[in-house]
Amino acid sequence: MTDVTPQTATDARLAEARRQTMGAARRRRWQLLSPALLIIGLFGLFPLTITLVYSFLSPGSYGGVRWEFSTDAYVQFLFDRDIFDDTLSFSATYLNIFARSIGLALGATIGSLIIGFPTAYFIASKPANQRNLWLFLITLPFWVNLLIRTYAILLIIRDEGIINLSLIWTGLIDQPIGILYTDTAIFIGLIYSYLPFMVLPLYASLEKLDFRLVEAAYDLYASRLQVLRHVIVPMAKPGIVAGCILVFIPALGAYITPDLLGGGKQLMIGNLIALQFGGSRNWPFGAAAALILMVVVMVSLTVYVRYSGKEGNGRG
Amino acid sequence: MATQTEIRDPGTPQAAAAQDVMIHAEGVIKTFGEGAGKITALDNVTVDIRKNEFFTLLGPSGCGKTTLLRLIAGFELPDRGQILLDGQEIGHLPPYKRPVNTVFQSYALFPHMSVARNIGFGLEMQGRPKAEIKTATEEMLALVQMEHLANRQTDQLSGGQQQRVALARALAPRPKVLLLDEPLSALDLKLRKEMQIELKRLQGETGITFVFVTHDQEEALTMSDRIAVMQAGCILQVGTPKEIYNNPARRFVADFIGDINILEGELQQDGGAVLLPGGASIGALLPEGAARSGKVSIAIRPENMGLTAPDAADASLTGEVTNIVYFGAGHNVHVALDGGGEVLVRRAQTDAQVGAKVGLAVPDAVQVLVD
Ligand SMILES: Nc1ncnc2c1ncn2[C@@H]1O[C@H](COP(=O)(O)OP(=O)(O)OP(=O)(O)O)[C@@H](O)[C@H]1O
Ligand SMILES: [Mg+2]
Repeated sequence: MTDVTPQTATDARLAEARRQTMGAARRRRWQLLSPALLIIGLFGLFPLTITLVYSFLSPGSYGGVRWEFSTDAYVQFLFDRDIFDDTLSFSATYLNIFARSIGLALGATIGSLIIGFPTAYFIASKPANQRNLWLFLITLPFWVNLLIRTYAILLIIRDEGIINLSLIWTGLIDQPIGILYTDTAIFIGLIYSYLPFMVLPLYASLEKLDFRLVEAAYDLYASRLQVLRHVIVPMAKPGIVAGCILVFIPALGAYITPDLLGGGKQLMIGNLIALQFGGSRNWPFGAAAALILMVVVMVSLTVYVRYSGKEGNGRG
Repeated sequence: MATQTEIRDPGTPQAAAAQDVMIHAEGVIKTFGEGAGKITALDNVTVDIRKNEFFTLLGPSGCGKTTLLRLIAGFELPDRGQILLDGQEIGHLPPYKRPVNTVFQSYALFPHMSVARNIGFGLEMQGRPKAEIKTATEEMLALVQMEHLANRQTDQLSGGQQQRVALARALAPRPKVLLLDEPLSALDLKLRKEMQIELKRLQGETGITFVFVTHDQEEALTMSDRIAVMQAGCILQVGTPKEIYNNPARRFVADFIGDINILEGELQQDGGAVLLPGGASIGALLPEGAARSGKVSIAIRPENMGLTAPDAADASLTGEVTNIVYFGAGHNVHVALDGGGEVLVRRAQTDAQVGAKVGLAVPDAVQVLVD
């Protein structure tokens, strides 16, 4: 029993020393992380906090906010306030804009998946030394400003544009089909703008695809379609998930495309938000709309990733 | 006079009746590339593979073994010639319409599916009923002794286990022909021996025609019913392991399989005998179509040569022992011939001494080689 005490004392000293070195290591770790944390705080959390705070204030008459607490911005999202007696009546105006935006963004995502998948497969099946050239061509439009590219699309689809002129010239139609300033125009514009975001991750996962697996499936009586469904698509799943996320999010918040191609008549969420900080001078409502958009994106992403992950594991 | 009937010239139709033939390839030519870089992977290949046989394609790297398998499976189309499967021309059929399955060298198991689903994949794609797929999968799992691993992901299997799954997957749809492209080359020696026996057993139990590719001559000799030796896109000789080993018709075949002594001699008696450099004359086994006179090469296996006294009656050749190497199962005795050249004699027991003069006994008839 007698030698237990000194031993415990040594143990305690050792433990103390260890605690001190570990403490030092922890401090050093925080010091190294601090620049990153500062940037995330300054450019990520801080603006988000401002947005959150502003959404609970009252609009100033010439833009900006008055520092008066109010939930009006969120109420306004679902209800119309009568100017005379302050009664609330349900209004679906903004919900509709959200629904339309989600619909268009989903459509653009599916559309670019349908176009992007064969494109990515085509590139991935080229000899290795040619692939970079094809990838370069896919990303080439990105070298030109989005605004310019959108004007180019506008020129193509307008009534006097190349599509209508050539359709009239071939005699298929005798009146120009009015694509510009419709949802179709926005749809085309969104797909065009975000297609590379779909193609690149798809290519990344298709390029890793072991072509011998495709041959094995052919050998085991799988037709071309079955090979696609049972081998290629499951193996490309990470790319499909990534591509869909990368197209859906920016498409949902798109501003320039609906502004130019929708002619300002066909609003998407991005335009709605921009309008609140501009013409409508309702900053709190703009902030609220932005936050609601963020929540919608986060919830749908979580659901999507959960679902696609589960399906991936469930196979087999 | 010892002419040969066993060795068949690969260019002529074989003795097997048409209804016994599973695969008939006729004048198949396959080239890759264009112009200067053009490679002839298969150069006018004609071969019959019989029903229920374990048929091996043996040859050095790049001789066209894989290419021939891929043509049978339908992954490549021949430039010329045709391939008949069970009497049916299959040239126009894509791989998924041919009753032929492949065991790939890399196994190519689907990593996103369980072992059981991998095995049932072929039947699933054929649209067979669920119950049938289930029974067949279980049967296959039992056949390759993998029942306990049915629900594993394939990336959690050892090399030997993956090999078994690949086999079961290819056998499950009961193809008419199973193609195996060096399926054992990724396994270590012990597992390799085990799988050789396993493969042979599976072939016997299923009665499916196996076309097996290897560049390992020992593997080919132990496993095959018949072997086709290939070189540079041609099939040089087709025969049973014994025929290929004892009566190689071509110099390449003789050289490629096991140790062999190749000596020069001159044909006599219209090809019935051959005159050895030492002056002895022995019987000649002539391959079909070989010239019946002139200088030729003959082949004698080391274990078919005997050591005697230099002046003994059966000493067809004489020489001096230069080296004796013990290798466990016997001795390799190297003898420098008096007429020049060296031969190898393999004996279980020997009392020969290095430097001693010896006589060499050769078989009554020796194999004559065509270049
Ligand atoms: N797709 C292809 N393109 C070009 N050349 C090819 C192709 N496939 C095979 N070859 C060539 O054809 C010849 C035969 O190839 P093959 O793969 O059939 O050989 P192998 O006998 O299977 O060899 P190994 O034992 O190394 O597998 C080789 O010279 C090879 O380079
Ligand atoms: Mg090969």
